[in-house]
Amino acid sequence: MGDVSIFLQHLTNGVSLGSLYALIAIGYTMVYGILRLINFAHGDIFMLGVYLTYYGVTYTSLPWWLVFILAPLLTGFIGILLERVAYKPLRGSARITILISAIGASFLLQNLGIVIFGGRPRAFPVPQMLNHVIRLGGVSINVVTFIIPAVTIVLLLGLTYFTTKTKTGLAMRALSKDYETASLMGIDINKIISITFLMGSFLAAIGGILWGSRYPQLMPLMGSMPGLKSFIAAVVGGIGNITGAVVGGFILGLGEIMLVAFLPRLSGYRDAFAFVLLIIILLVKPSGLMGDNVTEKV
Amino acid sequence: MREKNKRHVTLLILALTILGLFLANRFLDPYKVRVINLSGIYVTLGLSMNLINGMTGMFSLGHAGFMAVGAYTVGILTMPITMKEMNFFMQPIVPFLANVEWGFLPALIAAGLISALLGVLIGAPVLRLTDDYLAIATLGFAEIIRVVFTNTQSLTNGALGLKGIPNYTNTWWSWGVALVTIWFISYLMRGTYGKAFLAVREDEVAARAMGINLFKHKVMSFAFGCFFAGVAGGLMAGLLGTIDPNMFRITLTFNILLIVVLGGLGKIGGTIIAAVIVTAGMETLRFLDESMDLGFVQIKGIPGMRMVVFSIILIVAVILREKGLLRRPKGREFTYVKN
Repeated sequence: MGDVSIFLQHLTNGVSLGSLYALIAIGYTMVYGILRLINFAHGDIFMLGVYLTYYGVTYTSLPWWLVFILAPLLTGFIGILLERVAYKPLRGSARITILISAIGASFLLQNLGIVIFGGRPRAFPVPQMLNHVIRLGGVSINVVTFIIPAVTIVLLLGLTYFTTKTKTGLAMRALSKDYETASLMGIDINKIISITFLMGSFLAAIGGILWGSRYPQLMPLMGSMPGLKSFIAAVVGGIGNITGAVVGGFILGLGEIMLVAFLPRLSGYRDAFAFVLLIIILLVKPSGLMGDNVTEKV
Repeated sequence: MREKNKRHVTLLILALTILGLFLANRFLDPYKVRVINLSGIYVTLGLSMNLINGMTGMFSLGHAGFMAVGAYTVGILTMPITMKEMNFFMQPIVPFLANVEWGFLPALIAAGLISALLGVLIGAPVLRLTDDYLAIATLGFAEIIRVVFTNTQSLTNGALGLKGIPNYTNTWWSWGVALVTIWFISYLMRGTYGKAFLAVREDEVAARAMGINLFKHKVMSFAFGCFFAGVAGGLMAGLLGTIDPNMFRITLTFNILLIVVLGGLGKIGGTIIAAVIVTAGMETLRFLDESMDLGFVQIKGIPGMRMVVFSIILIVAVILREKGLLRRPKGREFTYVKN
């Protein structure tokens, strides 16, 4: 009994961490699908989302659930702004140039974070409702561990509906399939790219809020590691593919938790796990688990 | 005649550099000398990364990892035996390294060779990836190196890092190595290997059709780049005296990448200038973090402001470059120095 309950505890932890990676990974994969750009600033957008929520809950009299919706929306618009300022002027230039701009944007957000929010860690104001422990059988689990996957699934269903059933979603998929042709077919590229950034940043901020409820310590540099790992999740799943990003997120989250749980001697190597997984995937199937195989034409 | 002129110019620049270093050592305060040292190290770093990224067209983001290997090699090899006992108080150092104390030059060479060897081992499997995938894989390896160094307590002293590495690095070492790097990479790029690297960069398929062994040239360029990254890491260890795994985060790689991109992909001269300007500029901006006293009013320093300004400059510079303000005349955009 003991073993099973402990395993279940690890499983729920892994699933909830995986959900968080999945939520952030979607933003990477959507942007990459359309612009072929690794948006290095995405992890910092995630950080921004957490801080905006923190300030909203702590310094305004708005109810927490309203802040939990408004802050991600605001983060979404910051995402649009980021694209307009740092990426749009470079559209069509060499990829390394845009990547440098992305790195610059990431630096900028991190250090603006240090300047504005201060370098000291802060405690995330977790609402009472999300923060209590329930006992199921022999397992005691924080309720937020269940809420995280639930919210993720709802958002994913919404996203799937959006990309498959709406016109904007169709345009988005068309752009990621063939940028040039789609742009000739009368698709408003700027609008679609803005919407992509809005949605990616929104999801990252939601991921951030859930992250904050789970690990309530806020730091301006908190976005870089989760950001990097989520990007890996996107690559593992097949970059450009939303389902792939989710699958990758879960593999990564479960893998990390299980590594620490069952091989405690290797727990120091937790951060390396993602990268080792990444390299194995890149060597075995570079297009990722669910990505299309691209053959190079001469 | 032109060839002769060029040689004169080279000799003149060399003489001026030596004179400049001599004067700097003589008259500048230690802080400025340190900045000059850093500039020299960054010239080596920028060039070694430009060899991989700019001249051979492989998008690698693993530099920090190879620097870490070099820095730790020099740190462990040059550290006095008594100092080692003080450093490794959690777990004693592995026996075969406990009683070594090398000179700086052999340690630097060892640093370069070990980095290069690691570069070959890592590069052989991943260099067939292209573009972003290669970037992410190399970045991943750099992170793995960092995590491994954090955990190998008896080899690297783990997260505690190494303290008390002898400060061998002075301006002669840092700029001496920089000059050797400049000479070596120019020499390499003039010869057939260099031409082959450029061919690989321009078009892999065409290069292969011309009989260029892609794998061999990619691994070779990568190994040379890693060699110099390792040596520069060793110089850094000798300059700072203290190293720990967290120094070698991705941010460090990004700093070097910035130098490479601002200096121009595939350009040697540009990289040298960019390395000096970026290093000196980063130090100049330091005033932003500190409090200023203007006599009648005191401005409180805001920690982090320096990096904010730095990153804004970075974005603006990249955009302006693309918009043509800093662009060279068309046609020379992607050419290596001359023909």
